[in-house]
Amino acid sequence: MSLAYRTGRSLRRTLVQAVPTILGIVILCFLLLQLMPGDVADVLAGESGAATEETLAAIRSRAGLDDPILLQLGRYLWRVAQLDLGYSTRFGTPVSQLILERLPNTLVLMLAALGLALGLGIIAGSVMAIHAGRWPDRVLQVVVLFFYSTPGFWIGLMAIVLFSVKLGWLPSGGSMTIGIAPTGLDFLRDRLPYLVLPALAMASFFIAVYARLTRATMLEVLQQDYIRTAVAKGLSPLVIRMRHALRNALIPVTTVAGMHLGNLLGGAVVVETVFSWPGMGRLALEAVTGRDFNVLLGVLLLSSMLVILTNAAVDLLQAWIDPRTDLS
Amino acid sequence: MSLDNFWRRHRTLRAALRNLSFTAGILILASVVLVALSAPWLFPGDPLDMVGMPALWPGEDPAFPLGTDSLGRDVAAGLAHGARVSLLVGVSAAGIGLLIGTAIGAAAGYSGGWVDDLLVRVTELFQTVPAFLLVIVLVSIREPSAPAIAVAIGVASWPTVARLVRAQFRSLRSADFVAAALVSGARPSRIILRHILPNALPPIVVTTSVMVANAILTEAGLSFLNLGDPNLVSWGSMIGDGRQLLRTAWYLTALPGAAIALTVMSINLAGDGLNDVLNPRSGSH
Repeated sequence: MSLAYRTGRSLRRTLVQAVPTILGIVILCFLLLQLMPGDVADVLAGESGAATEETLAAIRSRAGLDDPILLQLGRYLWRVAQLDLGYSTRFGTPVSQLILERLPNTLVLMLAALGLALGLGIIAGSVMAIHAGRWPDRVLQVVVLFFYSTPGFWIGLMAIVLFSVKLGWLPSGGSMTIGIAPTGLDFLRDRLPYLVLPALAMASFFIAVYARLTRATMLEVLQQDYIRTAVAKGLSPLVIRMRHALRNALIPVTTVAGMHLGNLLGGAVVVETVFSWPGMGRLALEAVTGRDFNVLLGVLLLSSMLVILTNAAVDLLQAWIDPRTDLS
Repeated sequence: MSLDNFWRRHRTLRAALRNLSFTAGILILASVVLVALSAPWLFPGDPLDMVGMPALWPGEDPAFPLGTDSLGRDVAAGLAHGARVSLLVGVSAAGIGLLIGTAIGAAAGYSGGWVDDLLVRVTELFQTVPAFLLVIVLVSIREPSAPAIAVAIGVASWPTVARLVRAQFRSLRSADFVAAALVSGARPSRIILRHILPNALPPIVVTTSVMVANAILTEAGLSFLNLGDPNLVSWGSMIGDGRQLLRTAWYLTALPGAAIALTVMSINLAGDGLNDVLNPRSGSH
C-alpha cells in the first residue's frame, strides 16, 4: 500500500472516531458543570458587594441559566457546532477569543514538552537497553526512577531555584521579554529561554515513562530472531540497533505517547501556574475560581480536541514507521 | 552471539539487585507509613498552628530541626501530618479507580458485542479528556475535602485499569476452564468472580502501585494549586505555601517535594519488584 493511501485511511478512521468522542466530551462536561454549586450570577453579585434578587434573576436570564437543562445543552451543542463557545460572564469577552489568545502558548508548551519527552525518553531508553546491566544502565535507571516519582511542578520550582535564582541563566517565569517586539531569529532567541524550564517540568514524568518503555521493548526486540540474522549477516552494531531494533521498539512507544497526551496536557495547569505561562491551563484555573462555566467548558473541550488532533498526528507517524498498522 | 550469554551470566546478579531495590522500597514505604501513623504522637497539636519564629532554616533552632515556614509553623510536623493525607488520599483514590476500572473492564471484556463497543468508547472518552483538568472540575463541584479529592482522582484514573482488565477478560473468556465452567452451568457472576478475576489479578495488583503513586502526585498538584482540603496540611499545599519564599527560603519547597519523591519512589520500587514476581515474563526486565 502506498504511503498516501495509508495516510488517507488513517485520517478517515481518526475522523470517524473523533466526532462521537467530541460529542461525548461536550455532553459529559456539560452534565458535570450542571452539578456545580453556585453560578456566575452568584460570583458577580459577590464581587460587586451586594445584589438584589431581581438583579440576580436578570443576570441569570440574560445568561440563559434558568432554562431547562436539555434546552441549555441543545443550545450549547448548536453553538459549539458553529464554533461559538459562548460568552464569558466574568471576563466580558467571547470564550473563543479568550481561549484563542491562550491557545498558541499552550500548544507551543505542549509540543515542546512532548518532543522533549519523546526525544530524551527514547535516547535514554535505548542507551539503557544497549548497556543493559552495566553502569550506564544503572545510573540512568536511578535518574529515570527519580523523574518517574517526582511531581513535574516541583522539578520546575527546583529548576527555578538553580537556574534562575542561583545561576541566573534562565528566566523564572513568563513567556517573553515585555516591551520589545523582536522578529525573525531574535524572536526565537527571546522566546526559547522562557520555554526551556516549563517544557522540562511538563515533560519530566513522561521522559521517564518513555525511557522505561523504550528500554523494555528494545530489550525484547534485541532477542528476536531477525536481530540474530542481522548480526549473522555482518551488519554493523549501529545499523542493527538503529534500523532494526529501535525502529521496531518505537511502535509501542508512539502508541503509548498517544495514550498519555491527555495527561501531558493536564499537567499544563500546574506548570503554567508555576511559570506564570499565559496559557489555557491558567485560564482553566481562573475559570474554576470564578465559576465561569462557559470558559471551563471551552478549555476542557478545546484541550480534548487538541489531544484528538495530536493523536491523529501520532497515528500518521505510526503509519509511516510501521506499514502494517492499517492491516490489523 | 554474546547477548544470550550475557543474559545468562547476569540473571542471578540482576535478580539479587532487583530484590535489593524491592527491599529498599518496602523499607522506605514502611517508615513513611510509620511516620504517618505516629504523627499525632510525634507532633501533637495542629500542624497548622504557629509555634515559632517564621522562616527558620533547618538546624537554626534545635526545637525545629527542619525549620519553620513563613507563618512560623513547624515544617517537620507538617511533613509528618502531610504523610497521612498523601497516603490516605493516594490509597483510597487508587482503590476507587481500581473498582470502577475493574467493573467496566470486566463488563466490556466478558460481554463483548455492543456493550464492549460502548464501554470502550466511554473509556476512550475519559482517556481523551485531560485527567488533571477533569479532577479539578470534579473537585470544584463540592467544597474541597480529602474524600472528595480521592473520589475525583479515582474517577479520572480508571481508564488504564479498564483497558487492562478488558484485555485480560477477553483472553481468559475463551480459556478452557471458563468453557468448562459454562458447560457445568455456572452463572456469569460466578464465572467472572471465581474463575476469571483471580486469574486476571496479577497485572491488576501491579497496576495498583502505579495508581497509588500517580494519585499521590495528582493530589500534590491539586493542593499545590490551593484546591486541596483547606483544613488539612498536605505536602502539596506546603510546596504551594513555600513557593512565595522560593528565592530566600527554598527549603520550604524542597523538603515536602523530597518527601513526595521519596514516597512515590518507594512505591514504584515495590511495584517493580512485585511485577517481577507476579509477571515474570513481562518485558520490564
